[in-house]
Amino acid sequence: MSSTIAHLLVGEKGIIENIPFDSVPLKLLEMGCLPGKEVELIQLAPLKDPLYIKVNGSHLAIRKEMAELIEITKSENLCEVLKS
Amino acid sequence: MRGTEVIKVALVGNPNTGKSSLFNQLTGLNQKVSNYPGITVEKKTGSATLNKNVTASIVDLPGTYSINPTSLDENIVLQALLNVDDDYPDVVVVVADVENLKRNLFLFSQIKDLEIPAILVINMADQIEKKGISLNLDLLKKELNSEILLVSARKKLGIEALKEAIVNYKKINPSAISNISSRIDADFFKEVKSSFKNISLYKSWLLITQYNYLSTIDKDLQKRIDRFRTDSDKIKKMQNKETILRYQYINNILKKAYKIDASKASGLRFKLDRILTHKIFGYVIFASILMLIFQSIFDWTSIPMDFIDTTFTQLSEWVKAKLPEGQFTSLLAEGIIPGISGIVIFVPQIAMLFLLISILEESGYMSRVVFLMDKIMRRFGMSGKSVIPLISGTACAIPAIMAARNISGWKERLVTILVTPFTTCSARLPVYAIIISLVIPNERVLGIFSFQGLTLMALYLLGFTAAMASGYLLNKTLKVKGKSFFVIEMPNYKLPSIKNILFTVLEKTKEFVFGAGKIILAISIILWFLASNGPSSFKNASEIVKNENTQLSGVELDQKIASYKLEHSYIGIAGKAVEPAIKPLGYDWKIGIALLSSFAAREVFVGTLATIYSVENNDDTATIKERMAAEINKDTGKKRFDFPVGMSLLIFYAFAMQCMSTLAIVKRETNSWKWPILQLVGMTALAYLASLLTFIVLK
Repeated sequence: MSSTIAHLLVGEKGIIENIPFDSVPLKLLEMGCLPGKEVELIQLAPLKDPLYIKVNGSHLAIRKEMAELIEITKSENLCEVLKS
Repeated sequence: MRGTEVIKVALVGNPNTGKSSLFNQLTGLNQKVSNYPGITVEKKTGSATLNKNVTASIVDLPGTYSINPTSLDENIVLQALLNVDDDYPDVVVVVADVENLKRNLFLFSQIKDLEIPAILVINMADQIEKKGISLNLDLLKKELNSEILLVSARKKLGIEALKEAIVNYKKINPSAISNISSRIDADFFKEVKSSFKNISLYKSWLLITQYNYLSTIDKDLQKRIDRFRTDSDKIKKMQNKETILRYQYINNILKKAYKIDASKASGLRFKLDRILTHKIFGYVIFASILMLIFQSIFDWTSIPMDFIDTTFTQLSEWVKAKLPEGQFTSLLAEGIIPGISGIVIFVPQIAMLFLLISILEESGYMSRVVFLMDKIMRRFGMSGKSVIPLISGTACAIPAIMAARNISGWKERLVTILVTPFTTCSARLPVYAIIISLVIPNERVLGIFSFQGLTLMALYLLGFTAAMASGYLLNKTLKVKGKSFFVIEMPNYKLPSIKNILFTVLEKTKEFVFGAGKIILAISIILWFLASNGPSSFKNASEIVKNENTQLSGVELDQKIASYKLEHSYIGIAGKAVEPAIKPLGYDWKIGIALLSSFAAREVFVGTLATIYSVENNDDTATIKERMAAEINKDTGKKRFDFPVGMSLLIFYAFAMQCMSTLAIVKRETNSWKWPILQLVGMTALAYLASLLTFIVLK
């Protein structure tokens, strides 16, 4: 099962694999949220909604319902691995 | 300006790029705000002297991330760049932030593709080194085949070079840059090209995709557009593809010409975000800031407001003493001067509110509030973005309702528009302030909190509660379709520019004084006329009173005549007519007059009572407050403004929809009379019932 932006923990990163273009507004893409780009979860509001992310150089806030649509593969956090 | 050339310049750019700073830097105080014809979007224009013979007429277009609009404000940019009319710019200046050049170039590439002369201004260039950015400007110029300038609007660097570039705009190569149409769909665009012969390819594409947003199109053009609009799914797919290809094109260029060293990126943003968007501290900080705002508009403005009040009272007195008695002196002293006083007295509060709100917006903090509040606001049918209208509503509902345009979902936007007038706007403040000072003792609890201050705070809370509760109800009952989406930028924090903030405060205050002020002054004069004229019983007042009270003489007789006159003036007759309806709330016909005139604008209340009592009472040395305190309830022999009546009035003003300008704006923004009428009827009915209940309970 693939994960989505909504599965990221604060500070974790991932690479966007797939965006369902029919269900997201053009504006999301225009703000730089595109397949192949790295996405990082910066902060979560209470109840995990909305999400504050950094993607392709832009800092954006999106709602959980949209984050759940964007499929990613999580990047291993190298620093954490090295530390342990 | 004889013999000088005027170049029409349009300023375009992402929000938070310092576009306004640049505009202020170029134009100084030579700017004015007007409305675009037919809509209430503000149009900021200004002029700048470029050199001895050339001036620029600059329009500051609303901030946008793309030329494809998602809101009414952003649509202005599309309209300005598509409709070839007298206002069509000679040259477009695109302002970009050096830190997020990629997304800024997205907009620039769209504008270049329109085949219009464009200059790219990379702003905040003074921060290039600090942010760990290396930029090869010459390579970027070559790759983009464009005129590019480094500027720092704040530090006034590169402004002269920009002026020179504008003067020489004719030398700019206006050709398209991205050439991605063939990769989106070669066949489709070949056909578009042959169908729209005199129009640039990208412009034709925008005509096809943004058809719904365009206003005036002739029949022939419409036919050609319709041909390509048959398959909307296909168009959406092509737009997505365009976005991806455009970013690819930009990435390829930036890879060569632009590098950002992530390790040098400021940790300040990260640290501030951790505190300001924290699950607990974030809300504590937000609540404290709100408290500070309310504290400052009530406490810190009381000295200038008292000063204005006494100054105008003295002026009235002076005019009466110096000018010969007559209709003109009376109009001046009892109509015009109190009327102007009723406008000027708001200036300290309006200025203070806009000062604080623009600091919050400029610093980037407002976006964090939007982020924190979104989930909570959604329960009440609104969006995180509704926080901005609700806070701005404490200044004035009119700009607040206009600010709701940034909310993308129609239902969320509609609910926000409908509930915003419940927030305590500054027009309610003078009413609250004067009634509180009359009926709430000036004492302190625990030595720090004044009862008066706490009452005011309770009224603010009441307004917010009413807004949220009605939002909840509307969310459950309104059946409105329309998808909502929420994608907002979290801009970097920055120190607000004092110049920008002062300009905003000046502009908004001016707008209030000359916009709302006109209505207030007009109403004051009409009121004076209605209070100083009347049918035959008014004209023969002195004989009637003398005949009825043969034993009276001197001052007492004069007062008796004056109050008889007021009671039989046109306004007295109107007040008497509504008295039966408002008597259960504890009001008399004089308050009734003030209530009636308040339906034009709430702030008229205080001025109206001042006018009524000053027409009636010849003692002009008293301030408005002293006159109100001296007013006696003829039925009980006690003070007119006692605790139950005062509270009932406070509640009435908290809920009632008494602002014609707001209703007019709601009509414009919702494009229907249904919603303003719902507000007027619903809010006023609520006000009546709540005041009735208050008066019955406290009596």
